[in-house]
Amino acid sequence: MAEIRNYTMNLGPQHPAAHGVLRLVLELDGEVIMRADPHIGMLHRATEKLAETKTWLQALPYMDRLDYMSMMANEHAYCLAVERLLGIEVPVRAQYIRVMFDEITRLLNHLLWIGAHGLDLGAMTMFIYAFREREDLFDMYEAVSGARMHAAYYRPGGVYRDLPDSMPRYDVSRHRSARTAGKLNENRLGSMLDFVEDFTNRFPRCVDDYETLLTDNRIWKQRTVGIGVVPPEMALNLGFTGAMLRGSGVEWDLRRKQPYAVYDRLDFDIPVGVNGDCYDRYLVRVEEMRQSNRIIKQCVKWLRENPGPVITDNHKVAPPSRVEMKSNMEELIHHFKLFTEGMHVPEGEAYAAIEHPKGEFGIYVISDGANMPYRMKIRAPGFAHLSSLGYMAKGHMLADAVAIIGTLDIVFGEIDR
Amino acid sequence: MIDLLLQIPAQALALSQAYFGPVWGSHVYTLVKTLILIALIVAPVQGAVAYGTLWERWLIGWMQVRRGPIRVGPYGLLQPVADGIKLLLKEIIVPSGANKFMFLLGPLLAVTPAFAAWAVMPFSPEVVLSDINAGLLYLIAMTSCGVYGVIISGWASNSKYAFLGAMRSAAQIVSYEIAMGFALVSVLLVSHSLNLSDIVAQQGRGMFADKGLNFLSWNWLPLAPMLVVYFVSGVAETNRSPFDVVEGESEIVAGHMVEYSGMAYAQFMLAEYSNMILIAFLTAVMFFGGWASPIDSVVFNGIPTFIWLLIKVFFIFSLYLWFRATFPRYRYDQIMRLGWKVFIPVTLVWLVVIAGWMQTPWSIFN
Repeated sequence: MAEIRNYTMNLGPQHPAAHGVLRLVLELDGEVIMRADPHIGMLHRATEKLAETKTWLQALPYMDRLDYMSMMANEHAYCLAVERLLGIEVPVRAQYIRVMFDEITRLLNHLLWIGAHGLDLGAMTMFIYAFREREDLFDMYEAVSGARMHAAYYRPGGVYRDLPDSMPRYDVSRHRSARTAGKLNENRLGSMLDFVEDFTNRFPRCVDDYETLLTDNRIWKQRTVGIGVVPPEMALNLGFTGAMLRGSGVEWDLRRKQPYAVYDRLDFDIPVGVNGDCYDRYLVRVEEMRQSNRIIKQCVKWLRENPGPVITDNHKVAPPSRVEMKSNMEELIHHFKLFTEGMHVPEGEAYAAIEHPKGEFGIYVISDGANMPYRMKIRAPGFAHLSSLGYMAKGHMLADAVAIIGTLDIVFGEIDR
Repeated sequence: MIDLLLQIPAQALALSQAYFGPVWGSHVYTLVKTLILIALIVAPVQGAVAYGTLWERWLIGWMQVRRGPIRVGPYGLLQPVADGIKLLLKEIIVPSGANKFMFLLGPLLAVTPAFAAWAVMPFSPEVVLSDINAGLLYLIAMTSCGVYGVIISGWASNSKYAFLGAMRSAAQIVSYEIAMGFALVSVLLVSHSLNLSDIVAQQGRGMFADKGLNFLSWNWLPLAPMLVVYFVSGVAETNRSPFDVVEGESEIVAGHMVEYSGMAYAQFMLAEYSNMILIAFLTAVMFFGGWASPIDSVVFNGIPTFIWLLIKVFFIFSLYLWFRATFPRYRYDQIMRLGWKVFIPVTLVWLVVIAGWMQTPWSIFN
């Protein structure tokens, strides 16, 4: 009798469902997974170490590149940590702008997730639909910061600049007639807030579209119900946060439990799952998109009515305006010092966590009073989620591993850092 | 003009007999005639495959709010040509651990039966390469053979992904063959024939056909469950979405095709699309009256029979693409469950129901 060995298969790092550079060593008995062993580190860029040699402001753009699907949310955690050390007040308008963009970022992230998750399970139309909406969200990023992904828009003390009064428009060209351009520009004629508002009015119907394609689809349910079940106690033990934890029925959302920015003044619901399987996590995230839309609406309303400063006037932290800088000796010195030496942050340590689209994203910094962090530690939600893959995938089939990777919503920028 | 054309076969036969003698001459004539007819079938099928892919990309693009290929040639019409040239010029890479002979044999075994099956396809009354009595049997046999190409290529690639794909394909195609076979048995039961031309002719008779409403007499109505089983099995048989676990691009990347490149890869694509069109033709022939027009009226009868067949095939083919744009992919074990626990019992029961029905005085299949 020949010896029967399990089939060891290397899924990734080059694999369409690996969501980046996941290398998953699978031990298969037929198609049933006996052991799933994720190997990480292929996107390691030493962000934490790099921050130690960069000024406090220079480290900020690296945050965008951690979870490159939810850029501004990462910045928010970093800014909160630095602000906690500095002990400065952030203008309320800046906080509203941050919350609005946090939620726009959540939509960006969840749209990519629903597209990629759909694609993993073969519903490829989902991917293109989700990217259609993402395009508008990227345009918002671009209008406000000039960059479509790596915005570097939040700064310690507020945000880089106020929301623009106009949106960039499409030009007429060889490939785009005046009629097409006019149609594309329809919602770009007003200010950026008008554009955002128009989006929030359209978006619920888009989510309805996604739900028509997936929620009651028999195949979708067969592929997700009962797959990767995590009971609530296990979810807590595995260090789950965010939608992964809420999908298991634990009502935990930092926006509610430890409110930061202006979340305590906004009205929104926290969706919670029951069974803790892929389908519940799907439902939770879809509902989160609707709730984010609600929050954005409230922010738009507030921002319309309340003009004001968007960054602190402490010029040891934030640069003075160009006009002041060119007319005032002291402001010139501040400007020069800030962009050469950078700000000095008082000695101490701080941890700031936010409800990132993927879970609890935390930045822990220690300052020794110099112009750069002494040590920075990033708490990435995806890391904890990915480490549970072995637990979740065990006993399922090969195709379910792909569904589970999809439901984890992992991005290697933050896991490998 | 037409008369002259019709004389060509007789003259060719005479010429051949004059040259090769009376006995060998007729054999040579048959051989040459068959070869020409084969070319006349295979070449349009290949063209249909090429433009089938273009139509697929257009239609899915339209469903996915994008435009599909529009750059190569007017409206992208030359895209399949460009793809073909690209694939022709690519190197066929044979992996170092692969069995070269088997590796190259695989694609050929996949594509040959896919084309061979067309031999018995009736395109119009009297227009069929080989009007054999056991046409249906021949078709089932030929479509089953395609699985060997998949298994051999998956095995010879010496790749774990390809091997998994081959194993999945073997199980899947074999299971759906049974449901498909039973669905076809019910068709031959009501047609009293295995000959495809007879099956089409039988559908033109009946209570509704006498009143001119041909389309209500076609098999799809009395055999509706069989139609569903047959078409879904056909989708599974050709490894198309949502049953495309054999390729399963997000799990096993491309399954048995993962190590293939250039024309060797193109052979699989050719086989897949050729099979899709074949299933679409068969569905039209078995359940939708083949070349018959849906209503027996002067306007509808004016359209050539071949065009009617093509219209039906086009719609059924487009259904494949619609499925692909809409549904997520099944899991492998769920496919097997659907095949064995749903389709086979349904076909078995319906077969008995049909057979019983035919013995009663209310039988409509006479």
